[in-house]
Amino acid sequence: MTSAELLEPSAPIAAASGLPEGRGWRRALADLGRNRMGLIGLATIVIMLLFSFLGPVLYPTDQIHPNLLLITRAPSGKYPLGTDEVGYNVLGRLMVAGQSSLEVGLAAAAIAGIIGTLWGAVAGFVGGWLDSVMMRIVDALLAIPALLLVLLLTAITSPSLIVVIIVLGLISWLATARLVRGQVLVIRSLEYVQAAQGFGEKAWQIVFRHLVRNVIGTVVVQATFEVANAILLFAALSFLGLGPPPPAANWGGMLTDGLNYVFDGYWWLIYPAGVCIVLTVVAFNLVGDAIRNAFDVRLRSN
Amino acid sequence: MSGYLVRRTGQAIAVLFIVTVIVFAILHFLPGSPARALLGIRATPGAITAFNAANGYNRALPVQYLLYLDRLVHGNLGFSYHFDQSVGSLLALDLPKSALLVGSSYVVALIIAIPMGVVQALRRDKVMDHTLTALSFVGYAMPTFWLGILLIVGFSAKLHLFPPEGPQGATVGADLGNLSALVLPVATLTIVTIALFSRFMRASAVETLLQDYIRTARAKGVTRWRLVSRHLLRNSVLPIITLIGLSLPGVLSGAIIVEALFNYPGMGWLFWTATGAHDYPVLMGFTVVTAAATVVGNLLADVAYAMADPRIRYRTS
Repeated sequence: MTSAELLEPSAPIAAASGLPEGRGWRRALADLGRNRMGLIGLATIVIMLLFSFLGPVLYPTDQIHPNLLLITRAPSGKYPLGTDEVGYNVLGRLMVAGQSSLEVGLAAAAIAGIIGTLWGAVAGFVGGWLDSVMMRIVDALLAIPALLLVLLLTAITSPSLIVVIIVLGLISWLATARLVRGQVLVIRSLEYVQAAQGFGEKAWQIVFRHLVRNVIGTVVVQATFEVANAILLFAALSFLGLGPPPPAANWGGMLTDGLNYVFDGYWWLIYPAGVCIVLTVVAFNLVGDAIRNAFDVRLRSN
Repeated sequence: MSGYLVRRTGQAIAVLFIVTVIVFAILHFLPGSPARALLGIRATPGAITAFNAANGYNRALPVQYLLYLDRLVHGNLGFSYHFDQSVGSLLALDLPKSALLVGSSYVVALIIAIPMGVVQALRRDKVMDHTLTALSFVGYAMPTFWLGILLIVGFSAKLHLFPPEGPQGATVGADLGNLSALVLPVATLTIVTIALFSRFMRASAVETLLQDYIRTARAKGVTRWRLVSRHLLRNSVLPIITLIGLSLPGVLSGAIIVEALFNYPGMGWLFWTATGAHDYPVLMGFTVVTAAATVVGNLLADVAYAMADPRIRYRTS
């Protein structure tokens, strides 16, 4: 097997589309549908997506031009969540800010999922010294606090949304790589994989049909957690002043701006964005847990 | 045991080596050069060439890396342009303060998280378990700085119990004399750490409760207190030893935020300031030191675990 075959970017997608055939998968989906916490999480994510992406269409506000005649107004009928220190409508800004926070979380997790799956699959399948070197690199990157890596990488470049996504994606794949490698090591030694080898299946067929298909559940679960982590890291980055500059908005940035009004009692600048972050992060964690439990049942019932 | 020790130490050294390669690579590909940073933008090409020759920056990249490694091994972490001081002396000043913050947060977090996880496992799927799980979920999902802000709003702005700023003493001893200022920063980092630990502690205790020796102990008629303290607590705390090492990078990330928020001049605050000033030697020195602390911490945790639980060293050797 060459590494080029493994670097096929559509590998997880291709495997996923061919998946729902066995009874185990239907059963896992049914289990998922019965998990109340998972459904609450899923509903919250859908609500947050609608709020952020459909909200500004139904409730358009000017989030580009500051209006200094309207600063720090308390919530009222016209401004349900008041206005901030440069006169932006806070409710409208929460929606626009949610777009970038969710985009960063989802895109960074997708990048991390792809890198992590490929890295772990290559290390586990090839084995030997390559495996050792690749996993020591993962260990080394895990030893450096994530926030340090993010700060170093963003200090080099200008903080645009794309840069933040790439940087967060580049540091979030480590756990996925470890999990995928561990699973590939187990699956590789299973009898049906050896049988496939005996029947003369090619290495890439084995990787796609047996390995990737079996690790995809783990990758999806880990990716949901990484969405949550990326949203939190993005908020931390904005707090440290390394997020995209205004008029671009994100939830972490809104909280950071509210920091100046802690002693003024302007609660609408301190709570709403934080609640949005907590709800979204908890929701992604609940969904991840639910998917993981559903897969556990599948493994046990087989 | 000695075989395990040798192999595990070898791994740790390899990881540290790779950390230095990564840090060197980032340092090298950063825009701007040490010569420009030190000599200023008006420096003549001749002066820059002379500086580069004097400091070895004109050598081949592998040679530069070896020189960097040589300096590191001799404890030379570089020189800060921004603070006009060696990185080593800056860290010597600020590291104890961060150690105070991180160390006390760890201790308090463990004191709370371990009984919390055990209680959850004993009351598994009861109201108490669900409540505590929900709390740790929310604690985990809160941005660290927002948690800190909420504590400031509650305990400083409203109740006037604690100051909103960390202690500003010159030394750790002076900071210890100002305990009330330490409360909010430590509490913030503690809550974050509890959220990190309690889920693992619960899972570990649940796992232990399913073991045969627990059933045997119950069958023997061991009292509930003895069962919890002797059999359950001891065995389920063991995996947490490893978690202490593994969680260090995450907690240090939290410490950067807490120090920046509470204006507490430790390593995290230094790193944050250095980011704004593009003071790369400080950033690099800090990264190497924290990574080394994590690698050594993991090594010690693993060795302690293997010593406490013979099954580990037999399984892996």
